[in-house]
Amino acid sequence: MTKHMQRDEAFAASLISEHLHLEGAMLPILHALQNEFGYVDEAAIPLLAEALNISKAEVLGTITFYHDFRHEPPGRTVIKLCRSEACQSVGCEELVAHAKSHHNLSMDNTSEDGSVTLETVYCLGNCALGPAALVNDELVGRIDQKKFTQIIEHAASTAGGRS
Amino acid sequence: MTSSIRIYVPADAAAVSVGANAVAAKMIQEAEHRKIAISLVRNGSRGMLWLEPLVEIETPQGRIGFGPVGVDDVASLFEAGLGQAGKHPLALGIVDELQWMKQQTRLTFARVGLIDPLSMEDYKKHGGLVGLQTALALSGADIVEQVRASGLRGRGGAGFPTGIKWKTVHDAAADQKYIVCNADEGDSGTFADRMLMEGDPFTLIEGMVIAGVAVGATKGYIYLRSEYPHAHAVLQKAIAVAQESALLGPSILGSGKAFDLEVRLGAGAYICGEETSLLESLEGKRGIVRAKPPIPALHGLFGKPTIVNNVLSLASVPWIMAHGAQSYADFGLGRSRGTLPVQIAGNVKHGGLIELAFGITLREIIEGFGVGTLSGRPVRAVQIGGPLGAYVPPEQFDTPMDYEALAGIQAMLGHGGMVVFDDTVDMAKQARFAFEFCAKESCGKCTPCRIGATRGVELMDHIIAGKDRDQNIKTMRDLTQLMTDASLCAMGGLTPMPVLSALNHYPEDFTRPAMPLAAE
Repeated sequence: MTKHMQRDEAFAASLISEHLHLEGAMLPILHALQNEFGYVDEAAIPLLAEALNISKAEVLGTITFYHDFRHEPPGRTVIKLCRSEACQSVGCEELVAHAKSHHNLSMDNTSEDGSVTLETVYCLGNCALGPAALVNDELVGRIDQKKFTQIIEHAASTAGGRS
Repeated sequence: MTSSIRIYVPADAAAVSVGANAVAAKMIQEAEHRKIAISLVRNGSRGMLWLEPLVEIETPQGRIGFGPVGVDDVASLFEAGLGQAGKHPLALGIVDELQWMKQQTRLTFARVGLIDPLSMEDYKKHGGLVGLQTALALSGADIVEQVRASGLRGRGGAGFPTGIKWKTVHDAAADQKYIVCNADEGDSGTFADRMLMEGDPFTLIEGMVIAGVAVGATKGYIYLRSEYPHAHAVLQKAIAVAQESALLGPSILGSGKAFDLEVRLGAGAYICGEETSLLESLEGKRGIVRAKPPIPALHGLFGKPTIVNNVLSLASVPWIMAHGAQSYADFGLGRSRGTLPVQIAGNVKHGGLIELAFGITLREIIEGFGVGTLSGRPVRAVQIGGPLGAYVPPEQFDTPMDYEALAGIQAMLGHGGMVVFDDTVDMAKQARFAFEFCAKESCGKCTPCRIGATRGVELMDHIIAGKDRDQNIKTMRDLTQLMTDASLCAMGGLTPMPVLSALNHYPEDFTRPAMPLAAE
């Protein structure tokens, strides 16, 4: 998904109703929306409240509680860089500094050209082969500055990353 | 195809992160090109992560390992004659006879790395389903008694006796009960759950089915963290295979007993590894911690009696049922019975997973298995048990790795993860991070955690900046006492552990020449 499609309310509503039979359907629905649109648009809040018979405040509270759910469309490539202790011990914070100084990318932000979103994540379970990142859901290990630059430059040159 | 050569290239996420998929693709391409019949198995990881991608080739003598194999090495493996490639520069010898493997006691991880994770045939050939068949012949109470007698304690971190939890749910009367698997493995330095789910998912499923049969629950959920997309894909496929083979469904192995299972994804909240927060999240709400009592065993998911167990606790159960409680209890030390999958990670030369009986010392793990730091510098600290665990200095490395011994040095075992740091680590920064992490991940329900963590970050900023150090350190100690005593759950209650261990063992880092205020 490259350009962030105008949210299609009917489609969102059908995604919601597809999951309504599940016990505790809220998170599966939010994931489905984010998978489809790359983020959870605020227009989904009243639809969810109506479908689940809860208040809009409860829906908003749930969306904002979880770090995963974005409130705006991400870049074409999403890089989730692990910043927890195991990756700290092998220099993930140097990568954070490198992204800023060499690529003008700051954490938890999207590049100006919309090519890359760099997000903080705490642990990807690749703690013996850090620093680690998920690049559009592909796990990459042993990231040094060179590899990191390659990932970012590759992202900047790709028309479409997210699927 | 019988004469084809069996080659194993792990599909474990860690192996994939260093190129295993490309190696597997190249293997197939090279075999086609040379017209050599191979059968490629995508196994789990053996746990020797520094050797990934670890390629194994089956020979009459056993499986020979090669690693780490890059795409460019594949052609030379074929040149050397695959099974005859014992002299190849990357050859490691027979994998089962390597020092790393030989020193272990693999019960829970017996099949991980050995089998095709999604082949029910492989699973059965390697002893799968024996535990469940044994359980199906017993009463629920007898299964619970076996688990209790094994001495198994919750592997998630708290170490609560699994059998007692099961008994409470067994004895509760309800129209619906649930088995919930806590697969929200959020602690940095831990990946055992992930490796098991990717390398041998049927073991976890079998363990959950046994739990369901034991306590009369017909529905299970695996609450998996969203940071594990590879494990998610494997579990989805494994559940489908399990349904086709009647390991799940309306009549488990034809017994007439029903049990079914769903995977649910978390959404990046560390706190959802706390069992009551996890239940709230499964119910579709914010992951706010519940006050206990009532305990989840009586009032759990949707208010029903619920077993909430860690992946490794549930995955240990099939072995216990197949081999008997006493056989399991024969491993271990004191009140820590059985085996523990230890994960050694961070700045370490040989990182990976080893399953050992309780009682091995930290030094044997760090120096024996880990062989020191990746950077080649001296080890300065090891954080054990995740972001809420203590930083342990080398003077304490002769402590045995068990629940009570670690508690004795104000540390904790947690989920068995160890993160190694070399001498470039700044322990004041690590203490600050512990507070920062707590501030970000706190559910916000109780004040000591919600406000205390933020105050802790501020205090650490002042200390690092050299402002009123003595007074601020005193205030920080006071704050940690309050958080320990008054927090609702382990998030706020244990954040003081890494902070105080850093302060007590490395006071010199808190009195260094002043640094400008930290950037964040």
